[in-house]
Amino acid sequence: MATSSAGRAAIDQIHGARRVGRYALLTVTAVIVLFPIYVMVVGAFKPGDKLFDNLLLPNHFTFDTLKDAWHDGHLGRALVNSAVVSVVITLAQLITSVLAAYAFVFLKFPGRTVVFVIFIATLLVPLEATLTVNRRTMQSLGWINSYRGLTVPFLATAFGIFMIRQVFLTIPKEMREAASMDGLGHIGFLREVAVPLSRPTIGALGLFAFLTSWNQYLWPVLITTDQDYNTVQTGLKALKQASLDQPNLVIAGTVIVALPIFVMLISFQRQLVRGLTAGAVKG
Amino acid sequence: MSKSKVSARRRWRESGLALAMLAPSGVILGMFVIYPLVKAIFLGRQRCGVTSCRTTSWHQYVDAFRSNEFQDALIVTLKYALITVPIGLVLGVGLAVLADKYIKGVGIFRTIFSSTVATSVAVASVMWFFLLNPNIGVVADWLGGVAKTPGLLQSPDTALWAVSASSIWANLGFTFIVVTAGLQSVPKDLYESAYVDGANGFTRFTNVTLPMISPVLLFVTVVLTARAFEGFGEIDLLTSGGPKAKTTTLTYLAYGKGLPTSGDDGLRATVTVLLFFVLLILALFQFRGLEKRVHYGN
Repeated sequence: MATSSAGRAAIDQIHGARRVGRYALLTVTAVIVLFPIYVMVVGAFKPGDKLFDNLLLPNHFTFDTLKDAWHDGHLGRALVNSAVVSVVITLAQLITSVLAAYAFVFLKFPGRTVVFVIFIATLLVPLEATLTVNRRTMQSLGWINSYRGLTVPFLATAFGIFMIRQVFLTIPKEMREAASMDGLGHIGFLREVAVPLSRPTIGALGLFAFLTSWNQYLWPVLITTDQDYNTVQTGLKALKQASLDQPNLVIAGTVIVALPIFVMLISFQRQLVRGLTAGAVKG
Repeated sequence: MSKSKVSARRRWRESGLALAMLAPSGVILGMFVIYPLVKAIFLGRQRCGVTSCRTTSWHQYVDAFRSNEFQDALIVTLKYALITVPIGLVLGVGLAVLADKYIKGVGIFRTIFSSTVATSVAVASVMWFFLLNPNIGVVADWLGGVAKTPGLLQSPDTALWAVSASSIWANLGFTFIVVTAGLQSVPKDLYESAYVDGANGFTRFTNVTLPMISPVLLFVTVVLTARAFEGFGEIDLLTSGGPKAKTTTLTYLAYGKGLPTSGDDGLRATVTVLLFFVLLILALFQFRGLEKRVHYGN
């Protein structure tokens, strides 16, 4: 009895030591990961002439730097542009993906397999291999410096179609037959059964599409020259080039640009995990 | 008789509906993925000015592939991938395993480790540009030496490593989230039976955890490799391909400024089509090589 309780205490001690070690390790790594963000946030609240007055300490506080970055970088306009472009792309991708996935899963038509293989094969084409020709297309359409140019090429993706198809495949065929008996057509079944049953996956795809289009860099660089069509990413590039002698402005700019996405991701953590892991889960 | 007529009509109607549902995606994918790829293959044998292109020959692909610029960029890209993918993978798995235990407050650490997923390429690159800046950055003060003059991003020996550090940091959140999800899907009774069999922590990790999350690791490897090969923003904002082209990757060679491809859509197409084939071969190898070792439950 006595020995077992002594042994128990020893085990507890080992567990306790391990737990402390784990916390220590977690804390050290967390500090390292957060370090670049910390430096930026501290810098964003310092007045321009005080930036070098101890980079790591929040020993000055002002909103002026953030305000100047907002004005000089035209970040308000850039945030609106990014929001409009990303929302349009996200909604359109959800609609086109759901429709195409429905056709592939619930409709019978000649050439279904061939069309599906062609659609999915487009996943193998890297974005970079298409952009030169796409820019020429935009030029001939007169879509350089326009919302159409920023959005239209991304209104449908094979990834979205594939992801929704995978979840539609899990809906039992008997449900479709039963709905058909009840006189529910395909459009009705899509709206009242298929989409509601797939809501988590649709939400995850939505978040993934939003994040991907928000983060686009190369395409906006290629097809916008007018700062009125800057997204936050190209706006940040422009701010960096224009204010190399005022690093605090650029630092404040990164904080402004990053903040909305931080808030969004903390609110939608679960959808984000689902969206990012969708490709890893076997189909 | 009439029954088969009805079903024939229904089949027609179903085909029409399918066509209508596939048309939006089909038009976009056709116009902005399939057409540009095919067109780029033909554009790749031309040289272009601002207004017009002239056809040279298919040999342009061979010449471009053999050129010093392309060979150097290919090597830089391979190095970039070989640095960022293994280190990013090991760090991401390490953090995920560290934060996988159910202890108090682990949620906060998970949020912190996931947080870099919220930084876009532009945000992360601009952050690191200042962090590593030899005149104002803290890293220069701490490390001194090369970090001070000429600076980690400015020295030909360290530039690619500095860009890699930024990119590894920016991708850490993604890797952490995906691997954490993978760890949580491992059935707990597998660990218990391994424990009963006397396996210690390390053996449980190598014999249970790693095989069970191998599909997730394959997925992360493929995504990180693609990001390395397609990286543009970090190069554009951190080094502009320099110094001495030591950070000019294939994608930057195609779209960067002040390069032979700048302003010549023909040569750009040549490089991007070659990049497409490099990626295709790479994807084939990755799946061939890794598929054998990946364990897909049942």
